Amino acid sequence: MLTNTKNTHQTMKSVGTSPVRPDGVPKVTGLAQYGADYSLPGMLWAKVLRSPHAHARIRSINTAKALALPGVKAIITAADLPNQSFDYVGPERVALNYWHMTRNILAREKALYEGHAIAAVAATTAAIADQAVRLIEIDFEVLPHVIDVDDAMKPDAPLLFEDMISRGFDPAPTKPSNISKRLEFKIGDLEAGFASADEVVEMSFKTAAVHQGYIEPHSCLARYGADGQCELWSSSQGHFVVRAYTAKLLGIEIGNLLVHPAEIGGGFGGKTVVYVEPLALALARKSGHPVKLMMSREDTFKATGPTSGASMTVKIGVKKDGTIVAADGLFKFQAGAFPGSPVMNATMCAFAPYIIPNARAIGFDVVSNRPKSAAYRAPGSPISAFAVESVLDILAKKIGMDPLKFRLKNAVKAGSPTVWGPKHSHDGYAETIQALLDHPEYNKPLGKNQGRGVASGFWFNGGGESTASVHINEDGTVVIATGSMDVGGSRASMALMAAETLGVPYESVRSTVADTASIGYNHVTGGSRVTYATGMVVVEACNKIIEELRLRASLMWDVDVKGVIWEDGYAKPADKSVGTFEPLSLKAIAAKRAVTGGPIGVESSINAGGQAPGFSTQFCDVEVDPETGAVKILRFVAAQDVGRAIHPKYCEGQIQGGVVQGIGWALNEEYIYDKQGRLSNAGFLDYRIPVASDLPMIEAIMVEVPNPNHPFGVKGVGEANIVPPMAAVANAIERATGTRMRELPMSPPRVLAAIDAGRG
Amino acid sequence: MAKQHVSTVINGDPIEFLCDANKSLLDVLRNDLGMTGTKEGCGTGDCGSCSVTLDGRLVCSCLVLGVEAEGKSVQTIEGMANGEHLHVLQRKFLEHAALQCGICTPGFLVAARSLLERNPDPTEEEVRFWLAGNLCRCTGYNKIIEAVLDAAREMRGA
Repeated sequence: MLTNTKNTHQTMKSVGTSPVRPDGVPKVTGLAQYGADYSLPGMLWAKVLRSPHAHARIRSINTAKALALPGVKAIITAADLPNQSFDYVGPERVALNYWHMTRNILAREKALYEGHAIAAVAATTAAIADQAVRLIEIDFEVLPHVIDVDDAMKPDAPLLFEDMISRGFDPAPTKPSNISKRLEFKIGDLEAGFASADEVVEMSFKTAAVHQGYIEPHSCLARYGADGQCELWSSSQGHFVVRAYTAKLLGIEIGNLLVHPAEIGGGFGGKTVVYVEPLALALARKSGHPVKLMMSREDTFKATGPTSGASMTVKIGVKKDGTIVAADGLFKFQAGAFPGSPVMNATMCAFAPYIIPNARAIGFDVVSNRPKSAAYRAPGSPISAFAVESVLDILAKKIGMDPLKFRLKNAVKAGSPTVWGPKHSHDGYAETIQALLDHPEYNKPLGKNQGRGVASGFWFNGGGESTASVHINEDGTVVIATGSMDVGGSRASMALMAAETLGVPYESVRSTVADTASIGYNHVTGGSRVTYATGMVVVEACNKIIEELRLRASLMWDVDVKGVIWEDGYAKPADKSVGTFEPLSLKAIAAKRAVTGGPIGVESSINAGGQAPGFSTQFCDVEVDPETGAVKILRFVAAQDVGRAIHPKYCEGQIQGGVVQGIGWALNEEYIYDKQGRLSNAGFLDYRIPVASDLPMIEAIMVEVPNPNHPFGVKGVGEANIVPPMAAVANAIERATGTRMRELPMSPPRVLAAIDAGRG
Repeated sequence: MAKQHVSTVINGDPIEFLCDANKSLLDVLRNDLGMTGTKEGCGTGDCGSCSVTLDGRLVCSCLVLGVEAEGKSVQTIEGMANGEHLHVLQRKFLEHAALQCGICTPGFLVAARSLLERNPDPTEEEVRFWLAGNLCRCTGYNKIIEAVLDAAREMRGA
C-alpha cells in the first residue's frame, strides 16, 4: 500500500475526500492560461539586456543605436525607475529593502552578478527586440568578484557595497564588509551544558545554492492606459504582492494597478517576488503599447531564485542515555547580491524539533556575486537541518541508540522551549516519529552497499491576511472566491471546506481565484498558509452566509430568526413551537431573494494567527555503487503531521513533491561557477532535477494531530517535507559505506572521492 | 529573408501558415496559431513541456522548426480530448491528482499517449523511463506514474 491515511474523523462528508479539482479540465486539455499564454492586440515583445560580468561598474549606457532600429518602441534602464529610500521594512525574518529591490530589477551603479538586468527593450517582434538588445552599448569597468560565502567574509574580499556596515554587532564595525547582518539566539548555559555531556560531536558542512526549478519561467503581460490605469497578467504566488511591489517600484498608486492571476506553473517560494512585471509595465508606460515579457530558462537560472548555499558548523552534546544537553550552531548563508538570505529561519529551525536546555545559534547573512536568493520551500530550514540531523545521526550511533528512538526521546511537544524564546504550542512531532517506528519496513534488513537513514524537520507554517467571498447564485449553487493563488489544488480544498460548512455537495460549490479588483487583500501563497488562513476565512464567510440564509428563511416563514436553524444544507425550524415548515434548500431561499433583501453574498477578511508548525520525519534506504559513487534511492517513507487532510491526495502530493525536491538537493542539484564568476550550468541538462526514472514511489504517511485553532484542524502541509531529505540521504549513505558526507550535493564524483579517501 | 509557406495537418485539420525559416514549431504553435496548450519550459529540449507528435513520433516542438511540419501530421494537447469526452489519460490524471501546477501536464499527456500507443501494458519501470524526458517539479512523479498505469489498465479493458 502506497499511502497510509490515518483519518480519525470519519463524520465529515466533504473534508477528507479527494474529488477532481475545479480547475482540472482546463489543465489537462491545454486551455488553462499561464503567464506566457496571454496576448493583447498591438502587443510588443520585450527582451532584457543582462550583465555578462559577475561584478562590474556601469560607467555608461548608450541606447542610441538600439533605439534607431526599426520596430523598437521603447528602451528602459534604471533611470526610468524612481529612487527608493534605504530602509528595511517588515518583520525581520522577511524584511524588504526597496533600495535593494529596485537595483535588482535594473542595475544602477554596478552589475552585481552575471545575468543582472541592466536594460529592457520593447519591439514589434521578439526577434527585433533581441537584435536591439545586442545594439545597446555599455561601458563596463570589470571588478574582482567573489562567489563563495567563506571567501566573501574575508577582510580582503571584493566589496559588493563599498559602504555596507554589518548590522547585529555591538559595537558596530568601523569598516564595510560583505556581511550584511549577524544574528544570535541563545538559551541556557552552553559551557555547563557541554561539560555535562558524555559525547560531543562537532562538524562542519557546506551546501550548494539550488534553484526552485519551477517548470514555468517568469512571464507576464502588461498594459498601461493613457489615464494611468494599468493591468498586469502575471504568474505569481501572490498577485496582491505583485501589485504592491510593482506599484512601489514604478511610483504609481496601488488603486491604478489591476493584477490578474494567471495560472502559475510552479513557484515553491521563487514567485513571491517580482522580476519581469516592473520591466514590462515600465516598457508599456514608455511605449504606449501592451508588452509581453517572458524569461528564458537560462535567465531564470541566472537571475531568479535560488536559495542560499551555506557553510555551517554544528556541535551537539548528549548524555549516554540519549538526552541532548547542549547544542551550538554557526550558519553562514549566501544572500546573493543583495542582503536577505533565510539565515534567520535557519537559526530558529535548526534545533526546533528538540528539547535542548542549553543552545545557541549564530547566523551570518553574506552578500556575494550571485543572483539574490529567494524563498524556497521552508526557506533556510532544510539547510541547517542537513547539518544538525547529520550530527545527531553520528551521536545516535556513538551511544548505540536507534536514531528514531533517540529523536523521540528528545522530541518537543507543547510547552517545550525554543532557542528564540516562546514555547512550542503544539504536539505533532513525536507522532511522526512513532509512525515510522511502527512502519513494517523500518527494521527490515538491507543488503550489501545499502543503508537506511533517518532525519526530521520543522517548519513554522504561516497564517496572515486573507479574504474570501461567498455568493449564493440564483439557482442555489454557490460560488466562492479568494485572492490566494492556487499552486497545487487549493481551489479544491477551499470548495471542500465551504461545502462541509454549508452542508451541500462539493459539486455545487465552485471555487475561483479573483483578481486584485474583485476581492480584498490576500498575502502570498507561501509559508504553507493558504489551506490554514484562507481556509479559515472561507469557513468564516460561509458561517456568515448561513446567518444570512437563516434570516432570509425567517422572513419567508415570517418567524423570529432565532427560530431558524441551519442543518445539512437546509434551513429548518428550531423546534415545533416555531411552526410546521418544510426545510428550505439554498435553491428555495435563492428563488425568493428579491423579496427578502436581494442578492445573497458576503465577504470576510482576517489576519489569521494560531497556526501550528509542521513536523516531518522520514527514512530512506539507499544503495551506493562503490565503483561510481552513484546513489540509488530504494525506498523513501515520509511521515508528516498535516493536522487534518482536507484533500488527502493533494496532501500526499505535497509530501511526495517536497521529498523529491529534497532528493534532488541531496544528490544532484547545485549552482556551478567558472573562474570568471559565470554560471556554468544554467539549463535543465546540466542542472539536473530528478526525473521519473531516478525514483521509487515515495510513501507518504499523513499523521493527523489537529490544530484546535482551525475549524477543521488544518496545519500547513507544503514545506516541512523538504526539510529532512538531505540529511536522511546522507545518513543512509553513511550507513551503507561508513563515509560521512559533509557537502551537498552528494553527486557521484563527490561520493566516490569520499569513499576512496576512506579506503586510504 | 521571406517567410516560408507551410502546409500541414494539426490535430486532423489542414492548416497553412507562414513562418521565418528559423522559427521553432513551438513558437509557431503558441504565437502564430494561438495554440498555447503546448508549453515552453526550457526551449532547449530538456524538459518535455512542449511535447507533440510529428507523424506519430514524440518530439520536443522547441527542437523542431516550423517548416519541418510541411506535409506532416502534428498532434498537440488540444487534439487529445474528443469534444466533451476526455481521453482516458486526461481523466486518470484528474482522478489521481497527478497534477499540481499543471504546466508540465500537456507534455506528460502527449508523451504518455505516445507510450501507450506503442506499449499498451507497460511496467512501472517502463513508464518511468519513457517519461524520463518530461520534468515535473511538483508531484515527485508518484501520481503521474499511477495515473498512466491505471489508464493503461482501463484502455486494455483489464
